[in-house]
Amino acid sequence: MVSSIPKDSQSVSELKEFYRQMVLIRKFEEAAAKAYSVGKIGGFLHLYIGQEAVGVGSIAALTPKDYIVSTYRDHGHALARGLNPKPLMAELFGKGTGISKGNGGSMHFFDRNAHFMGGHGIVGGHISLAAGIAFASKFKKEDSVTICFFGEGAANIGSFHEGLNLAAIWKLPVVFICENNHYAMGTPEYRALAVKDVSVRAYAYDMARDHIEGDEVRKVRDHVQVAVERARRGEGPTLIEVSTYRFRGHSMSDPAKYRTKEELEAYKKKDPLMRARQELELGGIKTEELDKMDLEIQNQIDEAYQFAETSPEPPLSQLHKYVYAEDK
Amino acid sequence: MAILTYREALNRAMTEEMEKDPSIYLMGEEVGHYQGAYKVSQGMLDKFGEERVIDTPISENGFAGIGVGSAMVGLRPIIEFMTWNFSLVAIDQIINSAAKMNYMSGGQFPMPIVFRGAGGAGGRLGAQHSQAFESWYAHCPGLKVVCPATPKDAYGLLKSSIRDNNPTIFIESEVLYGSKGEVPEQEYTIPLGLGEIKRKGTDITLVTWSRALGFAEEAAAILEKEGISVEIVDLRSLRPLDENLIYESVKKTNRAVVVEEGWPVAGFGAQIAYLIQKNAFAYLDHPVERVTQMDVPMSYAANLERMSLPNATRVADTIREMLQ
Repeated sequence: MVSSIPKDSQSVSELKEFYRQMVLIRKFEEAAAKAYSVGKIGGFLHLYIGQEAVGVGSIAALTPKDYIVSTYRDHGHALARGLNPKPLMAELFGKGTGISKGNGGSMHFFDRNAHFMGGHGIVGGHISLAAGIAFASKFKKEDSVTICFFGEGAANIGSFHEGLNLAAIWKLPVVFICENNHYAMGTPEYRALAVKDVSVRAYAYDMARDHIEGDEVRKVRDHVQVAVERARRGEGPTLIEVSTYRFRGHSMSDPAKYRTKEELEAYKKKDPLMRARQELELGGIKTEELDKMDLEIQNQIDEAYQFAETSPEPPLSQLHKYVYAEDK
Repeated sequence: MAILTYREALNRAMTEEMEKDPSIYLMGEEVGHYQGAYKVSQGMLDKFGEERVIDTPISENGFAGIGVGSAMVGLRPIIEFMTWNFSLVAIDQIINSAAKMNYMSGGQFPMPIVFRGAGGAGGRLGAQHSQAFESWYAHCPGLKVVCPATPKDAYGLLKSSIRDNNPTIFIESEVLYGSKGEVPEQEYTIPLGLGEIKRKGTDITLVTWSRALGFAEEAAAILEKEGISVEIVDLRSLRPLDENLIYESVKKTNRAVVVEEGWPVAGFGAQIAYLIQKNAFAYLDHPVERVTQMDVPMSYAANLERMSLPNATRVADTIREMLQ
């Protein structure tokens, strides 16, 4: 199964960092699931568990000046961008210390400084926003690249078509990353996609395309890197489909009865964290060292949980604030 | 004082603002090479080039989203909808993205964007091209909604809208594009949320905006001959709303009628009627009335279209009944 043993110390330390980020996401979400089940988190909670290699690998291909546009499943992307888990967890708890001051919640993480341009809750609507951010980079003659995550369910809405067409005719510096986890809520891809391979839709826009498996984090990074560099050179957008799987249901309220246990078990054998761990061990990292790392991350998440729990709710005076921006 | 058409006033406002601020661009269908479907952007492509006057394919949802995304990173887009009828396919971007971005990000993303274009009803354009949608957008917190009725107001309000850091719905009246009026030569702006008394009177207050101002003025002229003195409040913007201007007028006249091009049910006139009864109840001698488009889609037939739209006769009749 393991085909890519890290060969030198640099690739070992790189993979170690990716592993750290993936474990951080996994443990963050496990803690969030726990908090949700005891009523500390409200609303919807869509977990990223199983898909970690996509976010971590893709975002590793970016520099701080680049932009990320995310979906309603945005926790993993935010953590992969390096955002502090404390304000992220506090946002889930609806606290004033949250990354969006408690106004956003699970689906709406924003961090302007980190160029993290939001989790967006309307499926596919954010695809043209990403094209707009890329449009602005081109307009301002900056060489920033925008990456936009979405699921295969979003590929069927008009916004996908319009966003990709505009990005292609104007050669905008944007990379569209379809995280195909094979289910749009409870609808399997074979019932929703006339052509199953989303990436071939790139041909309709004369756009570069790629299709990869999403369980190997460095492979994801390498492929996204090619697309990011193409965009940075001014050669236009790319549509990448990354095949992945969510281990949980669509959201915490979904028991995912529409899929078989066997299917889930088969995908769990391709868990990107497990894979990265095996590769690190083959690259010479001791199990104890990885266990210690896991423990440190768990402590970090516990602190975030504690921070979220003890933070104050937003002041009531915030209710009317931010409806309109301050005057220029 | 120059005499300009409504469209020329809009063109002058955009041109002057774009000359001053390089982060402003104009985008939409036919705004560039075609010189604007209604010629509002006439000559702007030559002046600013294709990088700032940008033709799009027919994809309102897409280019509205482009505008919002670009505004998130500091540009100041003017997004033209050929008509507001087509904005309905972009309404997700306007409401779910533009109106809420600053709020749901905890104040991180102001949204300095103007959505503008032709609105309103008439001209025998049929059910899908004859609609007034300001009530729909005025429903949403986070948006500002502006509806100028004269060239002078169009110029001053558009400049304020472009300079505002919030998403502005700027609805131009399709039938007013060719109308003429005095526009001061000197640059000026009109603050959003500031209405104007367009005609002073003592017997009844007529609250209106955009094209319906014309019906109101015509009715006031008819009634003047009958000894009835009508005061006309032109709101100019619905969000923010110049509430006090309405109340001050009602306190004087003790009666109010709202005249609007849109449909009656859940229309903006209903909100004004509510506000007047809530805040000026003691001054009212009569329930607040409304003159609106009929509660039907627009017919193509000339006689039915005429019947459906509000007009001066209906306004005058309503006022006469109220004064009996």
